[in-house]
Amino acid sequence: MRVESEAQLAEAIRDAGGALAVRGGGTRPVGRSLGAPLEVGISGITLYEPGALTLVVGAGTPLAEVEAALAAEGQRLPFEPANWGGVLGVSGESTVGGVVAANVSGPRRVQAGACRDSLIGVRFVDGRGTVIKNGGRVMKNVTGYDLVKLMAGSWGTLGVMSEVAFKLLPAAPAQTTLVLDLPAGAAQPALAAALGSPFDVSGAGWLPGQGAVVRIEGLSESVEYRVGRLEALLAPFGPVRIERDAASAAIWASLRDLEPFIGKPGDLWRLSVKPSEAPGIVARLGGEVMLDWGGGLIWALLPEGSDARALAAPYSGHATCMRGSAGVVFEPEPAPIAALSASLRAQFDPRGILNPGRMG
Amino acid sequence: MEMPKPDTDLLARKPQIVARLREVLPRDAVIDDPNETRAYECDALSAYRCQPLAVVLPRTTAEVAAALKLLHEMGVPVVPRGAGTSLAGGSMPQADSVVMGLARMNAVLEVDYENRFIRVEAGRTNLSVTGAVEADGWFYAPDPSSQLACAISGNIGMNSGGAHCLKYGVTTNNLLGVTLVTMEGEVIEVGGAYLDAGGLDLLGLICGSEGQLGIVTEATLKILPKPEGARPVLIGFNSNEVAGACVADIIRAGILPVAIEFMDRPCIVATEAFCHAGYPDCESLLIVECEGSAAEIDEQIGLIRQIAAAHEPVEFREAQSADEAARIWLGRKSAFGAMGQINDYMCLDGTIPVSELPFVLRRIGELSKEFGLDVANVFHAGDGNMHPLILYNANTPGDMERCEKLGAEILKLCVEAGGCLTGEHGVGVEKRDLMDVQFAPADLEAQMRVKDVFDPKWLLNPAKVFPLGASASRRAS
Repeated sequence: MRVESEAQLAEAIRDAGGALAVRGGGTRPVGRSLGAPLEVGISGITLYEPGALTLVVGAGTPLAEVEAALAAEGQRLPFEPANWGGVLGVSGESTVGGVVAANVSGPRRVQAGACRDSLIGVRFVDGRGTVIKNGGRVMKNVTGYDLVKLMAGSWGTLGVMSEVAFKLLPAAPAQTTLVLDLPAGAAQPALAAALGSPFDVSGAGWLPGQGAVVRIEGLSESVEYRVGRLEALLAPFGPVRIERDAASAAIWASLRDLEPFIGKPGDLWRLSVKPSEAPGIVARLGGEVMLDWGGGLIWALLPEGSDARALAAPYSGHATCMRGSAGVVFEPEPAPIAALSASLRAQFDPRGILNPGRMG
Repeated sequence: MEMPKPDTDLLARKPQIVARLREVLPRDAVIDDPNETRAYECDALSAYRCQPLAVVLPRTTAEVAAALKLLHEMGVPVVPRGAGTSLAGGSMPQADSVVMGLARMNAVLEVDYENRFIRVEAGRTNLSVTGAVEADGWFYAPDPSSQLACAISGNIGMNSGGAHCLKYGVTTNNLLGVTLVTMEGEVIEVGGAYLDAGGLDLLGLICGSEGQLGIVTEATLKILPKPEGARPVLIGFNSNEVAGACVADIIRAGILPVAIEFMDRPCIVATEAFCHAGYPDCESLLIVECEGSAAEIDEQIGLIRQIAAAHEPVEFREAQSADEAARIWLGRKSAFGAMGQINDYMCLDGTIPVSELPFVLRRIGELSKEFGLDVANVFHAGDGNMHPLILYNANTPGDMERCEKLGAEILKLCVEAGGCLTGEHGVGVEKRDLMDVQFAPADLEAQMRVKDVFDPKWLLNPAKVFPLGASASRRAS
């Protein structure tokens, strides 16, 4: 079933006789999907105030539509959402509600925060069919509990979002990338040096065919200045190549959407770890990798059936099987956390009908 | 402001409760002499006071857990307290409660520049977190005005902000992990030195929950390399509307200063009399701070100068030295002190969409006349977080009540304008009874269900955040 208004959504959930498989554009088929499909088609920009850096939008609005509207005003979503459709082998149009439900953050996460950090308001329908709002359309708001954060990354298991509100950032007029020809296992110290500098790095990763990459964005003179300082700072790690504007943007789109992995066989894993653990984990994993977030995010393409958790251990953080045959998709949680999460789900969705088992 | 009637049975059992606490805590960690517990009868919202049964000051997470386990068993409400600087009554005790103060837990546990975090005990003060890393060129970004005194535990409880959160975000955006002790005494690690939760975002839920879900004893905080420099400009205008329009234009132009502060005439006049910062004689002024190298700051300030010029400012003053920069900030930083010299004041904290600034300021002016109480405005304009200060005289009968009523009207105005009751101070007891202005019953019910999960007996700070009528059945059970 496809719903196009909040009232329809509430009715669909109230009337549901069993499990619902909630979806936006179907571009993130991660984890189990059980039940009757419920597609959220609540679409359209409700409010956009460029002077206040805020946007309110229907959860089923295509991400591309939102990004185009923002670009027309020289603004953007701070967290640089990725499109995983290619690497996960699905077509379809990513929706903002889907982005929020999976808390999808791209390379700029290290500087501008995650999707959940830009999310300032939600309206959602819980498992009882009740409409609930939390947060709002202002960027500083501590009124009551922050259910906005709770909804981000909950994969539709607590409620189904009908509307989301974001704080925005001005798009940077200029960007430049510094590229160092280093192997994946040796990139993290260079990335840490860049992120530990005062030069406001907005991306730090590693991808095949390029090497370690560090991005600077902002006003053009300022970018030039900071690139110069970083070049000197990174010199001890090896020769630095400079890529500007479109060439720089292409590198980050490639890293963000995992282009080097598209069409390749194997299981795809995503590990969020303490960055300094990256070199060890990369060595233990074997296989092909890409790094983001200064090494704090590791993407690994492993032979089918691999258990990345067993291979990577020990690590702090968590690993998710994004595509593959592993039994356990999301990182198993320590007992007290798992108990709290189960109890929260029981409160928000007492019948257990919203994406049951999606998060394991 | 009303508090629930104290449980007479608990009041009568005070000696036993204190004795049991002394069995699990060191002798000096339990305070029950009314002369000593008086120091804890209020926080920075000093208009409301209440003596607790007792105060405990644990030194370790294990002591916190032991005390909570015991209090849970005995059914005693617990009011968590960091440094007691809440402006919302977040750590105001109730008569049948035990206050749990974290002031003795202030150690730095780990500093890790490679991974850009610091781990501290949560009683540590905000400014001393930066103090621990400053010499190496790092800082902790959230900077509430009370940062010299306020504790990280309270910052996490209220999700505190500050002047520089336009660029750096508030506490929740700079928090990586916590050690949380539940009311049952269970110690839980949430998050850590890596980014984002694997499962549900419990960390995001805990931050800003006003001490109602558990006691945070340790925190992993994001630290940042200090920018090379910072420089403020001061821009004076002859109307609030024009100042508001200038803020929107600066933001639209794609410049993101680290701070945009606003002061109106009553505030300018009072701070001038108090600290002689040399502010211009005008209706409103903005302080805009830019960061980076000297050349980068020049580039940003050049753009801001162009934008401001279109709004015909009465003054555009650029700091040329550290001394001049300090003078520009002097009046802003002294604003609350200056108001305190004139009279008692109540500081509000609503947020509004920046576009509604001129309307809301005009309406506050009208309400101020209607109630016969002066209101000065000083606030974070870039993010719409307002701090109207209502001046009143606590010794004049009826003044306090009139002030509370005016405050409620202003906060309702913020909500009507598309904003919220509180941007960074929290709900506490102060805004508790206004929650249904912003939220429908179902919205509050969803939040209370979260508390049911973490604290089924509703013993942690139970009389805060939710209107007493809404929480009554849960608190009674």
